[in-house]
Amino acid sequence: MIKKRLFTQKIWFSILKMAVLINGAALAVILYFILSRGWRAISWEFLTQAPRDSMTAGGILPCIVGTVCLCLVTIFVALPIGVASAIYLNEYATQEKLVRVIRLGINNLAGVPSIVFGLFGLAFFCIVLKMGVSVAAGGLTLGIMTLPVIIGASEEALKSVPNTYREASLAMGATKWQTIRKVVLPVAFPGIITGSILGISRAAGETAPIMYTGAVFFTPDLPTSIFDEVMALPYHIYVLATAGTHIEATRHLQYGTALVLIALVLGMNLFAIILRSKMRKKLRI
Amino acid sequence: MESNIKMHTENLDFFYGNFQALYTVSIEFAQNRVTALIGPSGCGKSTYLRCLNRMNDLISGIKVKGQVILDTEDIYDPSLDVVTLRRRVGMVFQKPNPFPKSIFENVAYGLKVNGVKDTAKITEIVEKSLKQAAIWDEVKDRLNESALGLSGGQQQRLCIARALAVGPEVLLMDEPASALDPIATQKIEELIGELSSKLTIIIVTHNMQQAARVSDKTAFFYMGKLIEINDTDTLFTKPGLKQTEDYITGRFG
Repeated sequence: MIKKRLFTQKIWFSILKMAVLINGAALAVILYFILSRGWRAISWEFLTQAPRDSMTAGGILPCIVGTVCLCLVTIFVALPIGVASAIYLNEYATQEKLVRVIRLGINNLAGVPSIVFGLFGLAFFCIVLKMGVSVAAGGLTLGIMTLPVIIGASEEALKSVPNTYREASLAMGATKWQTIRKVVLPVAFPGIITGSILGISRAAGETAPIMYTGAVFFTPDLPTSIFDEVMALPYHIYVLATAGTHIEATRHLQYGTALVLIALVLGMNLFAIILRSKMRKKLRI
Repeated sequence: MESNIKMHTENLDFFYGNFQALYTVSIEFAQNRVTALIGPSGCGKSTYLRCLNRMNDLISGIKVKGQVILDTEDIYDPSLDVVTLRRRVGMVFQKPNPFPKSIFENVAYGLKVNGVKDTAKITEIVEKSLKQAAIWDEVKDRLNESALGLSGGQQQRLCIARALAVGPEVLLMDEPASALDPIATQKIEELIGELSSKLTIIIVTHNMQQAARVSDKTAFFYMGKLIEINDTDTLFTKPGLKQTEDYITGRFG
């Protein structure tokens, strides 16, 4: 019954193919939707000026700067802690039970809804640590939210380094740390960086964690320190679309802002992909 | 000619958790001689080899009893520095495992991690090691290219050069040719012959012809026990025990 088996195979392959097509189509539709409605709003003025006339005119510069600042703080918080945790868990930790409990904790952290991170940030960073609504508090909140992603990506990258490299290095009289520093990390680096950038670009688009901790409704000033409050792209979209007094009048600005946000996020992802392929080529793996 | 004993084990027991992998293994390794360890898969010969430079330390839940003596020191003595031990007892692995670095960097790695900073000295030792490993002529014009671009046989000789660079006194080889084609294997075997004038070599192999070709002494392992050890010629022509004879004539294993 070879015919029937081939037929079954054909059906299943078609179903799998469909699933992939739906993915691609979703992205294409979103991009088309935002592009077609948002491109008219994009101008030099839009990118370089603050909003004016109750946010119905002007640009979104404070939002762009705010989001970039939040991302930078997120990177500074989450990248070192995340990578260090992954190295510890994957290379050093020997007590299997303890590691399992820590991993469980990290996985659960990843499952916490983003609004809960926002409330936690408000309660802890803004109030207890007296940071107020600021880039620091918002960035820290996003950072904690991004940690599990970075730890996960880094652990995957470290696991993919063949054990034979570690053995070869140790067998030549290298210490464990030298082995990690000079052999394991360089090989794992492309994976760590790509995974981390993807995690951070995800954080760049989050609204809930920053709406109480870092972002404000309106401020025409650009931040001068990490303890200033900022406007941010995702929160600005939310504000324009739901909380403004001229929702219809700002429709094109909403799509314009969304377009800038998507460009920023996709730009970061593209950067990650290019960086990875460049580093892989250098390592020749 | 009797030569000095470079390394020996005394009643070495080894456990993975509750599983005993080695039973009271005592072997003496003569200086600048090649000793082959043979036996069927799972007989403990690789485990034994990895006790000699404490590579088994990387596995959790292991236990070692008995002694492994290098010159006069017990290498499992708590005061002994395992990093220094591994510099003195080098290792070449079953699968060629060069780092994804340049050919030069691969050989220089061991020197750098052991604190050699003088570039001229590093360059000199890299060249010397590559020559010793009989691969210099093939790579001298491409030292800065990735080691992963070499063939399997070249990679393995590069790994031998890399191990030689830190100046080991003993070289452990864990089936170093089992992943290579016959011509590359022959080159490795010739190399072992040349190196044995300066080094004590202990080689695990599945290939009995190889053991017969390269080694001075051969030890036969079975089920975690040392069954028989003798001069290679004697062991292969007049094995003392029925078990050894059955194995080397291919009746089991």
